[in-house]
Order: sequence, then C-alpha cells, then structure tokens
Amino acid sequence: MNALIEDFGPVWGFWLGVGQILAIMVMLLLTLAFILLFDRKVWAAVMMRKGPNVVGPFGLLQSFADFLKFVFKEIIIPAGANKTVFILAPLITFTLAFAAWAVVPWAPGWVIADLNVGILYLFAISSLGVYGIIMGGWASNSKYPFLGGLRSAAQMVSYEVSIGFIIITVLLLVGSMNLTDIVNHQRAGIGAWNAFAWPTVFVMFPMFVIFFISALAETNRPPFDLPEAEAELVAGYQVEYSSTPYLLFMIGEYLSIVLMCAMMSILFLGGWHAPWGPVENPFFAFGILYFKIWVCFFFFAMVKAIVPRYRYDQLMRLGWKVLLPTSLAAVALIAGWVAYGRPSLPLTGLGG
Amino acid sequence: MLAAIAFYAMAATAIVSAFAVISARNPVHSVLFLILTFFSAAGLFVLMGAEFLAMLLVVVYVGAVAVLFLFVVMMLDVDFVELRQGFLNYLPVGALVALALFAELGLVASAAGQAGAGRAALSLGGPGEVTNAEAIGRVLYTDYLLVFQLAGLILFVAMLGAIVLTLRHRPGVKRQDIAKQVGRRRSEGVELKDVRPGQGIV
Repeated sequence: MNALIEDFGPVWGFWLGVGQILAIMVMLLLTLAFILLFDRKVWAAVMMRKGPNVVGPFGLLQSFADFLKFVFKEIIIPAGANKTVFILAPLITFTLAFAAWAVVPWAPGWVIADLNVGILYLFAISSLGVYGIIMGGWASNSKYPFLGGLRSAAQMVSYEVSIGFIIITVLLLVGSMNLTDIVNHQRAGIGAWNAFAWPTVFVMFPMFVIFFISALAETNRPPFDLPEAEAELVAGYQVEYSSTPYLLFMIGEYLSIVLMCAMMSILFLGGWHAPWGPVENPFFAFGILYFKIWVCFFFFAMVKAIVPRYRYDQLMRLGWKVLLPTSLAAVALIAGWVAYGRPSLPLTGLGG
Repeated sequence: MLAAIAFYAMAATAIVSAFAVISARNPVHSVLFLILTFFSAAGLFVLMGAEFLAMLLVVVYVGAVAVLFLFVVMMLDVDFVELRQGFLNYLPVGALVALALFAELGLVASAAGQAGAGRAALSLGGPGEVTNAEAIGRVLYTDYLLVFQLAGLILFVAMLGAIVLTLRHRPGVKRQDIAKQVGRRRSEGVELKDVRPGQGIV
C-alpha cells in the first residue's frame, strides 16, 4: 500500500490501496465458497456418495444457499452467557483470519503490506487464532463448549512450537523474513523449492510433512478436531452458537486452513514460481499460487476423509515428544549446513 | 499526521485497558484487557520502527503466555467478593511497592538521560541500514553473548526445577508405555481355544 501511495499520491494511492484490500477480500470469500464445496465433494467421493448436487449445476451454488440460510436465522444468545465476550469471540476469529492475508504475496508486486518480518507476522496472527475459540468456549457458560475451549488452547499452543521451529529452518535457508524474498529464493524451479532442494531435501521434505501435520492440529482439522469432537463434546466450543456468529466462526476456521495451504505453498513449494522456472507475469503467477493452494487443500480434505480421530493424550504425545524434538534437530542440522556446509551463495535480500 | 493519530489512539487504548486490567470485576475480563494492552504496546513498537520486537511481543506474550494465564484463570473458581474484603488490609503494602517501582523507574530514566545510555544502542546502525532483526541479532550474539547464554541457562534451570518439583511417580498407578503398545504382536494378544460343544472353556 505504501508503494501505491508513492506512485499515485496520498489520495488516489490510499483509495487504490483500499480497493486492493477489498478485491483480495472478495476473492478470498469467493474462494472459500467453492473450497467448502470442494471439501464436501472430496469427502463424499471417498465415501462413494455424490455430495451436494442440488443447488445449481453440480451443486456449485450450495455454499451461497448455506450462507443465506445462516444469515436469515435468529441469533440466539444463552441467558447465562457473558454477552460481550460471546459476540466478540466469532468477530475476533473472523477478523484475525482476514488480517493474516495482508502479508501474503500473490504474485510479483501483488501484496498489500510487504513487511520485513512478514513470516513472523503470519506466525503471530495465526497464534492469536486460539483466542476466538477459547473466548467462545468460556463465554457460552456451558460444559461442552468450555471443555472444547480448554482442549483447543492446549492443542494450539503445543503445535505452534513445532510450526515455529519449522519456520526457523526455512528462514535459515533463505536468510530473510520477507515472504517475497522467500518466494524469490525458490525461483529456479522445482529443484530450488525449499521442500525439494538438494541436498537439504533429506531434512526439509520431512519438515514439510511435519508442517502439514502441525497445520492440521493448528486449524483443528480432523484427525485433530478434538475441540469440536462431535462424538464427545457435541460440537465443542460451537455448541451455543447459531446463525451469523456460527457462520463467522466457520468462515474464520476455513480461511485459516486456506492460509495454512498458502503458507505451505510459499514456504516450501516455491510460491508463485512454476516447477520449471521463474514466472514474471503477475496473472500467470497468481494462477500458479492459487493452483498450489487448491492442491494443498486437497490433501487437507483427503486427510479429513480417511484418517480416524486421535485420542487427546496421543495428540499431546505426538506434538511434544515426536514433532518438537524432530523439528528442533532439523533446526540444528540446517543451521550447521548453512554455516559450514553450503557453498556460499549470493543471498537474496539481507544476509548474515 | 496519520502516525500521530495512530500513536495517540494506541497509547490511549494501552492506558485505558491497563487501568481496566486492575479494575475489572471478572478476572477473565482482566486477562482479556491485559491482552489488549500487550497488543497496543506491540502497535506502539511498530510505530517506532521496531517491528521485530512488536512481532515477538505478540508471539510470545499474547500468543503463548496470555493463553496460559487465560487457561488458568478460567479454571479457577474463586469467590472474588471474599478476595476483595482483604483489599484495604493490603493497600498500604501494595502502595509502598508501587511507589518503590515508580521511584526506581524515575531514577533509571533520569540517569539514562544524563549518561546518554541510549547512544550506545543507536550507534549500531541507523534506521534503514539493517533490519532490526539483524541489529538485535548482532548485539545479542556478539557484544552480549555471555549474558544472553547465561539468561538461557537460568531459564533452562528454572524449567528443570519446575519439572522436578511436579513430576512424581506414584506406585500402583498404571502408565502407558507407547513402545510396548506398538510392539505388541498378535500372538501375545490373541489366544485361540477350541471349544467343544457342551463343555465350555475350562
């Protein structure tokens, strides 16, 4: 946005920046509508069902019908609820889910805020996501939501630690915290992507898989959807929510899943660069990143369809005793390689 | 102009929510206001150009420490009317501690202003030359390496102490041994019996 203000003056630059933000928000909401349908279709296909197929051709308009249905229903606030916090919780989830996208680079130059600490900003915002859930669970003043809130707090804090370490490995390799620099570091094609670059592939590909697993836990997706496990907690922290507040929770949750897909694409899979080499045309670059996000989301959907839910103690054990030591060891290995093993490369952006 | 508006808005939010932390009746509300205070402080850091510190404040304090606060406070079932009855008794001691802290802060601020303690930090490189992540890294890992490592060691010892104090192995409690569970074979778990009609298993 600062670049726009410099190019077009304070007034036009400002309104162009607002327009850019609006365009990205509308694009995200439309993406969400179809990615929700895609999720349900994949799930249905694994179970040999057809999935939603009534509203519109192939059920394409199903999400819009659901949206209208949620919006037109009555908002019910339980009598014993803490009203302010109860309403605030879904709003926080929704706002944070959108705020994170401010630093995501869609194509060369297509980014709202090109922060120097972009990846830390993403990490910070996604670690705040726990507040919406824990506040909603507490404010409902009811047992199941409260249990769901407590579970999610412990779960998200545990898996954030390993996500942090994995991000550090990527930062060590790239030498910059700016997301555009991270993408451009992988410009030379699939052999330069952080997940597959030789010879760090032996460490970084497992880190990619661990990032995927931690992302599942961080976004409360199956098989780690214990905060809303329907078999034990009815719907966890969402039990008392109806109509629009529930819709906000749901949009926030799916948006953070799509954000995790975008982070996987940017950190490990080359961002907007194609497997055969760098891409400069912004429209083509945008299409490539968008496609990668959908591919990552396909894996999220497949995991939801085929993996049974974890037990809570297994979840904690996996997070603290398996993923955390593994990612910590990877940080040590990558740091050693960057310091002593790597032939000195021209670093993109700043360097040590 | 915009920066001034942002500064006053965030500073006002920080002060008002810091006051609300101690005046809110509900402890959960107190923690939520505390989080708002942290958040406004992070905003002030960004305005000063210290974006790395701002992000660390959000990641560490808001994202982890305050979550644990909230976790504990929500689980506590304390009668706050009862707690408030002791308020007047503790007021003199509390006021004394607050005064001492305030006086110390004033002393440090005036001494720093006189001796020019801030100048050493600024000489590391003006704004725009290096990003502040790099500047902080250089200071921590070159000039103050020993202090930094010692701080880490102290934290490590504190963590070990907490674990040693709370970890206890009571006899007679069944524990999970994951390796044993995973290493279990079919031959150990299943026994096939040939049951004769009318006899049952002896």
